[in-house]
Amino acid sequence: MFTETQFGKSRRRAELLAKCVLGMMVASMIIPLFLIVGYLVKEAWPLLSLDFLFTNPTGGMRHGGIWSALLGTLYLVTLSLLIAAPIGVLAAVYLNEYARDSWFTRIINLAVVNLAGVPSIVHALFGLGAFVLFAGIGRSILAASLTLAIMTLPVIIASTKEALSAVPISFREACWNVGASRWQTIRGIVLPNSISGILTGVILQVSRAAGETAPIMFTGAVFFKKIEAGNIFAYSIWDQCMALSMHLFTITTQVTDAPRALPFATAVVLLGTVLIVNALSIGLRVYLRSRKKW
Amino acid sequence: MDDESHTYPLIRVQDLKVRYGHREVVHGISFDVQKNEIFAIIGPAQSGKSSILKCLNRTLEFIADAKMSGSVEVNGVDVKKVHNVYELRREIGMVAPLPVGLPLSIFDNVAFAPRASGLRDKHELDALVQRCLEQAALWDEVKDRLNSLGTKLSGGQQQRLTIARALSHQPSILCLDEFSIAIDPVTTMRIEDVLKELKAELTVVLVTNLVQQARRLADRTMFVWNGEVVELGPTDAIFSEQPQSQKTYDYVHGIFG
Repeated sequence: MFTETQFGKSRRRAELLAKCVLGMMVASMIIPLFLIVGYLVKEAWPLLSLDFLFTNPTGGMRHGGIWSALLGTLYLVTLSLLIAAPIGVLAAVYLNEYARDSWFTRIINLAVVNLAGVPSIVHALFGLGAFVLFAGIGRSILAASLTLAIMTLPVIIASTKEALSAVPISFREACWNVGASRWQTIRGIVLPNSISGILTGVILQVSRAAGETAPIMFTGAVFFKKIEAGNIFAYSIWDQCMALSMHLFTITTQVTDAPRALPFATAVVLLGTVLIVNALSIGLRVYLRSRKKW
Repeated sequence: MDDESHTYPLIRVQDLKVRYGHREVVHGISFDVQKNEIFAIIGPAQSGKSSILKCLNRTLEFIADAKMSGSVEVNGVDVKKVHNVYELRREIGMVAPLPVGLPLSIFDNVAFAPRASGLRDKHELDALVQRCLEQAALWDEVKDRLNSLGTKLSGGQQQRLTIARALSHQPSILCLDEFSIAIDPVTTMRIEDVLKELKAELTVVLVTNLVQQARRLADRTMFVWNGEVVELGPTDAIFSEQPQSQKTYDYVHGIFG
């Protein structure tokens, strides 16, 4: 009993090998991430300060801060989520809770999945055609936000549906059995228990909306626009605006003699914004998860 | 219920057929359930017992490709012609095989149905919740922690909570679908005692694949096999040495099934 056998030895060797290989995969994923962030911060260091955030670019974008771009990105992201989140979440509730399984709903679901895979440049052209030209909104924050909303919508729908279907069907049946309507069931049981997943899905779209350049380039973002520094109400939704992703593209490719640290500092701000939002989303998830009731 | 309800059976099922897609699982079943009796439906798994229950309160509608035909009358009204289906469902308390504590407090679990039908008065709710928990033999164990989560109770307690919830909309019929498969024998016996007491106030339809449970509780028993009624009669007759069908004898004596 309990003696070492040939089989036992080879099994332990296989176990060790599997652990090493899998661990190396994790390392190969994490190390580049830290290298990228570290490199960005190191190169950006001379310029990073609160001043950098709260002053406008000057001298043909060779000097100064990034206030107008930062504020533009905040406007675009917030407005696009305000449009996409309610529509996406409610549409997902309908698809998951009300729609019967038929060829029509299957086509809708297929369309949602496919729409999530459409390249952002295609969304950009659609936004240009539909909002800027056809609807006559013109190149503006509103048109760009609508375009970003169209882009994030399918992912919000998909992740919300995922969260809703994680609520056990037995809860719904129990509610229907006692004479509750579908909406009473959704409001009383389904939504309160899937809200953490829904919010996480929505918030994760912030990073996508903040990072995309193509959809806003055609529909509302400009190279340069001067606004009042430090005033968060400096844009109206009918204005065109600067945006971090677009600004980064401009100062790296169009402005040839910008100081080396400038694009890096812009990248750090963009990355930092996204990381902060993601951290908030994780915190929210942990908080709501801990209140989960089964 | 008015006094006229004595003149017709509380539940009358005629030539009930249930299909899921192209697969028919109930092939034309007819039976009556009288007021204040315990009516047991026994039979092996997959014989269509649960499908029959789902037709009574029309929750079969929630299953995508399910279809029923034939007629089901509850309180003399054809369920297919009921306009307010929520009223119908409140008339029937339904207990599922696995205990389902809703992710709410114990109090809210029981108060869910009355609130859903518009009851807001705090005192009435308090009284109702207490009465239902007492009827389900759970009150003494939970009266000091009504605000803790229903999902944190033990399996047996959750099943009694489910029964309390099924009673909370003051139904005239209580249907239990194999309520004891996930709970211990002691709790099972407690619930069986509860059912015997409830019989005075309401009508119980008990679906079970424990034949001895039917023998202990039921006034009349229906043996269903493969979606057809093999035999329907007083429980004593079904469990006697000479039921009408040899198959019944074999099943209740454990020779098959």
